[in-house]
Amino acid sequence: MSSKARIATVSLAGCFGCHMSILDIDQRILQLADLVEFDRSPINDYKDFQGRCAVGIVEGGCCNEENVHVLERFRRQCDVLVSLGDCAINGGIPAMRNNIPLRECLEDAYLKSPGVYNPAGTVPNDPELPLLLNRLYPCHEVVRIDHFIPGCPPPADAIWDALVGLLTGKPVAPVYNRLKYD
Amino acid sequence: MSRVTFTIDGKTATAEQGQTILKAAEAAGVYIPRLCACKDLVPHGSCRVCSVRVNGRIQAACVQIVTEGAIVENESDEIREYRRNIIDMLFVEGNHFCMFCEKSGHCELQALAYRFGIAAPRYRYLYPKREIDLSHPDVYLDHNRCILCGRCVRASQDLDHKNVFQFVERGCRKRLQVDGEALAATDLRVTDEAVASCPVGALMRKRVGYAVPVGRRPYDEIPIGKDIESPGEE
Ligand code: SF4
Ligand code: SF4
Repeated sequence: MSSKARIATVSLAGCFGCHMSILDIDQRILQLADLVEFDRSPINDYKDFQGRCAVGIVEGGCCNEENVHVLERFRRQCDVLVSLGDCAINGGIPAMRNNIPLRECLEDAYLKSPGVYNPAGTVPNDPELPLLLNRLYPCHEVVRIDHFIPGCPPPADAIWDALVGLLTGKPVAPVYNRLKYD
Repeated sequence: MSRVTFTIDGKTATAEQGQTILKAAEAAGVYIPRLCACKDLVPHGSCRVCSVRVNGRIQAACVQIVTEGAIVENESDEIREYRRNIIDMLFVEGNHFCMFCEKSGHCELQALAYRFGIAAPRYRYLYPKREIDLSHPDVYLDHNRCILCGRCVRASQDLDHKNVFQFVERGCRKRLQVDGEALAATDLRVTDEAVASCPVGALMRKRVGYAVPVGRRPYDEIPIGKDIESPGEE
């Protein structure tokens, strides 16, 4: 294994928009490749960790039990864990169900909504499907999070600044127009 | 008219007799963050974001009158912490989904959080269940984003000479109530000062959202309060 710092990324209850924003650092991705080695990430499609990581980047909050397991694994495997984007930080769009009972959400989605075709009249319950949690949990309500980068998605420059700061141990001074909640 | 002399963060300034600390600081080019205070409205000191230490005591700058020789602390770490905590609490006690809010980029609460560099609030989100009133043809009221600042209450009474809004209940149950079954049953007009007074995306004009492109909205590049700190500068 090379001596470069390893980083891992994952999308939990997110839309992959934050990952798109990682890619939005454009040609700086080459500089990033000089600094780090990618461990498990949708970018290389590794499904599990290859080793211990310096930085773990989490997009999306926890909406089901699998999200919780993955997030806990990230916490164990990574020295520094980063919540990337509004969904990881405050739940975002998936958290809009947080004040509606879960049963009501499922019945509306699979049974009652106009246009639903569901002759069996049941809510999907295949054992392969991860069980939904009662509500969406922001990542820092499940494990300790060391660093937050808000935004929907966070600007690529904000991601870059944070990564460079975390990897070199020299935090980049916050820039006003790179802290965004939208 | 005689003037009084005071200091704010060690800087000496003068104020008119009877002027509030908030206004006097503003005249001296010092921005004191605020949410429930709004020009043209009688201040009522409820949001506490403008808290300052005056001669050793915490006071709301929007209602406190400057006295001769007053020593005001505005930028201390302690005061910053108080304010940050208030902003955090306002975020977690409502449902603020900035990513699709029409007020985003124009919102004073969001702008304050940006100014304070808040990446994430320190408290747990409460995700309360709140109503949205869409009954009015030109205005909507989204209680998810209401921070109970009372600006609409005062603007409706004092500027519009109506009484469309009032607070009901107390403490964590306190909420904004309209004078009728729903907004449509009130005499609120879209042109009322009350509608324009809301600092957040709670009381909103319909059909005008997202008109300004991202990057050109008031707080995209310029922090809130900058106009007071360096007037005339962009
Ligand atoms: S009202 Fe302000 S803080 Fe709340 S969601 Fe809208 S933009 Fe964000
Ligand atoms: S609707 Fe707006 S102006 Fe009225 S109390 Fe709520 S936040 Fe303040």
